[in-house]
Amino acid sequence: MNIDWIWGLIGGVLIGTGGAVYLLGNGRIMGASGILGGLIDGSGRNNAAERLAFIAGVVLVPLVMWLTVAEAPDTHLTSNTAVIVAAGLLVGLGTRIANGCTSGHGVCGISRLSLRGLIATVIYILAGGLTLALFRHVWGLI
Amino acid sequence: MRLLLSFSSGGLFGLGLFLSGMTDTQKVQGWLDIFGAWDPTLAFVMGGAILPMALAWQLTRGRAPLVGGSFPASPRQELDRRLIIGSVLFGIGWGLAGLCPGPAIASLSYGGTGGIIFIAALLIGMMAAPPFAQRLDRAAAST
Repeated sequence: MNIDWIWGLIGGVLIGTGGAVYLLGNGRIMGASGILGGLIDGSGRNNAAERLAFIAGVVLVPLVMWLTVAEAPDTHLTSNTAVIVAAGLLVGLGTRIANGCTSGHGVCGISRLSLRGLIATVIYILAGGLTLALFRHVWGLI
Repeated sequence: MRLLLSFSSGGLFGLGLFLSGMTDTQKVQGWLDIFGAWDPTLAFVMGGAILPMALAWQLTRGRAPLVGGSFPASPRQELDRRLIIGSVLFGIGWGLAGLCPGPAIASLSYGGTGGIIFIAALLIGMMAAPPFAQRLDRAAAST
């Protein structure tokens, strides 16, 4: 029996708890693209330290987990550099234009019954599913 | 205190991504791959994350954030081209590589060269976004 969904649920509750801490503590919405993007385009200059502290937590805790209790997790990321670059550019551009990604629109938006968050989530899941269907099953490229 | 809360929030986020397996692109693409070996894990992650967040939104009522300031204003409801076009572009990139910004950051330490290249491309895409967004806003204003 596949128990991945239990770990998914546990991990999900922790992700949501992180979002709850950020909201109730600092009064901010936990969106990975917004927190990172504000540092990149300068729009988050006045609270850059807060953003950096958040990112430090996101990087360091998995690093410590990997070095201590867990085995090296496999990311299964494609070795095709062209695909990685194209995907990175699209994700960076798209999440900033849409003002949110899976954490911002998906987790923080849907949980407050935001229509924009729900619509964005439906659109990027459909776009992702269609992309995979075409690139994997029709063209056999990824 | 503000920084400690940010760090803790990021730490919980990173731990959740790590434990749920969302830094594994195979799991994410498995969720999107309805014509292949479909993997529902991501739905459990999303559902699990929405529960504490929904409770948190309820707790914001009539209160202020712990370290001062105010809670985010109610969300806008109008659906504009920025939301739609941006989400389509994001979805295409997400499907191609199976990584979105959170898991990409979380897997930076163990994601190897590919993960670093992805983050570099992601940052370049983010830098390019403001002029694109302005153009979409102008196009919307002129119609």
